[in-house]
Amino acid sequence: MSFVGRSEAERREMLQRIGAPSLEALWAAIPPEFRVRGSLPVDAPLAEYEIARRFAQWAESNADANHYACFLGAGVYDHFIPAALRSLLSRSEFATAYTPYQPEVSQGTLQSIFEYQSMICELTGMEVANASMYDGATACAEAAHLAIGATGRRIVLVSEGVHPHYREVVRTYAAAGSFEVRDVPLERGATAVPALKRLLTPEVAAFLWAQPNFEGIVEDGLALTEATHAAGAYSIASADPVALAVLQPPGKDGADIVVGEGQPLGVPMGYGGPLVGFFSVRKSDVRRLPGRLAGVTVDLDGRRGFVLTLQTREQHIRRERATSNICTNQGLMALANTVHMALLGAQGMREVALQSMEKAHYLARRAAQVPGVSLANGEAPYFREFVLRLPGPAAGFLRAAEKRRILAGVPLERFDRARSQEILVAATEKRTREEMDRYVETLAEWARRPAKAKVEEAACRS
Amino acid sequence: MKAPKDLKYTPSHEWVRVRGQEAEVGITDFAQGELGDVVFVELPAVGTSVARNKSFGTIDAVKTVSDLFAPLSGEVAAINTELKANPALINQSPYEKGWMIRIKMASPAEADSLLSAEAYEKTLGAHA
Repeated sequence: MSFVGRSEAERREMLQRIGAPSLEALWAAIPPEFRVRGSLPVDAPLAEYEIARRFAQWAESNADANHYACFLGAGVYDHFIPAALRSLLSRSEFATAYTPYQPEVSQGTLQSIFEYQSMICELTGMEVANASMYDGATACAEAAHLAIGATGRRIVLVSEGVHPHYREVVRTYAAAGSFEVRDVPLERGATAVPALKRLLTPEVAAFLWAQPNFEGIVEDGLALTEATHAAGAYSIASADPVALAVLQPPGKDGADIVVGEGQPLGVPMGYGGPLVGFFSVRKSDVRRLPGRLAGVTVDLDGRRGFVLTLQTREQHIRRERATSNICTNQGLMALANTVHMALLGAQGMREVALQSMEKAHYLARRAAQVPGVSLANGEAPYFREFVLRLPGPAAGFLRAAEKRRILAGVPLERFDRARSQEILVAATEKRTREEMDRYVETLAEWARRPAKAKVEEAACRS
Repeated sequence: MKAPKDLKYTPSHEWVRVRGQEAEVGITDFAQGELGDVVFVELPAVGTSVARNKSFGTIDAVKTVSDLFAPLSGEVAAINTELKANPALINQSPYEKGWMIRIKMASPAEADSLLSAEAYEKTLGAHA
């Protein structure tokens, strides 16, 4: 049945059925000031091909990573995605699959989830990973929630090195779940261990930190975790999966929960998503794990089979006592992660990580040689992202770079008004030497201009 | 359906064995039979306060999960740590090896209002 194109006769029939003499009579209860008289102020209808052309033209005006050299990061990164991934992902068996409640008809989906979980465990150094979360931010909040339940304590410490958006999401969960969030400051880009120790009171359930952190700095996961454990609290790491291919996984640092954002593993950069979170714990906490979990078992004849397991944790069975109200997983994006990792392999993932790191370091070194420009966090070790301090308002430089088809970084003023001269810059394996040299040239050119011009530029912007 | 005569019972299928100031608590043979294979029990920490008719933990079977209700008020004096590794003890030996917690009773008189074996069996009525 169609929901559009009612004929006059059908309208009359419907009005008659509900006992209204006319459409005007039916709408009489709506105050006249809310009624639109005459025709709606919209353009005349267009043919399908005209609409397609108009939208294509609008899309062309986007400054996207296909047409610009993208040095943006801050949680979402421009890593290479093999073409085979898209083909596999758009197969209808995967693209249309929903919750695999019935293992007898869902072996393919369940096996892919099981493989995803196994790969995440290898990356994080943990024992059990779930079938995925909505995104890295909610994974952090759920991890805080797990620690609250496990320890019976009600304070969660969060490093200021955790993505500001993730911290907001944790605070949102805290407001609803009646736990308290306290910030742990950074010192030269890394979490300040003495401050952490001071804040670790006996009421603290967990400490949440990021590896590498929002400013790109590699944290001393071992020191942070040891301090946290000394206070009997959970150490929760929010880790970048690309970095985990070369950095010591937080699981090896002793972290109790390792979560993170899976976008860098084969998920394109969309405006607002989709993203995908991963969530891994030690076996001793498997009963507290939020969300779905695929397991492997044998059937009556001894053949291998995959099933959703430990479902009594979940909301469709445990109702209000469930470990979480997530009743799903980010299935297709988790599959993208799985296919991506399988296509690259361990060696390929290491290569991506190393190339990104080397390129970021090349760019940072050259940029910091430009007079007036410096690395905001000095000598602190960083992975594929760093904070540049500029000799004037960052907005001016970002606009100058845009003119040369460079997306030069994320302005930190967006998160902290005091940091108007700082930008967060990321480099992935996709960046070429030509692009990075063009970046540095543009930066040098902009930095040479008199300060007066820079101020005027900033004034124009506002 | 077994309901030993020397124990006290609740309508929510917990049993109580009173020993001096302490009361040992578990779930009845009927309850374990209804739940099926027990795969996990979540028990409170020793020293936790429990209140009569309030949940003190949960029990997971393969396809369901239930609250465990405290038959008496008091403080948890001991928990059966064996159940962590071997929750099937609840199915195999509900009244002995499958005990869950010992409560140091706040008010031993509360035990008087619990059900006798006969009264409990009557509540099962058509089920048993």
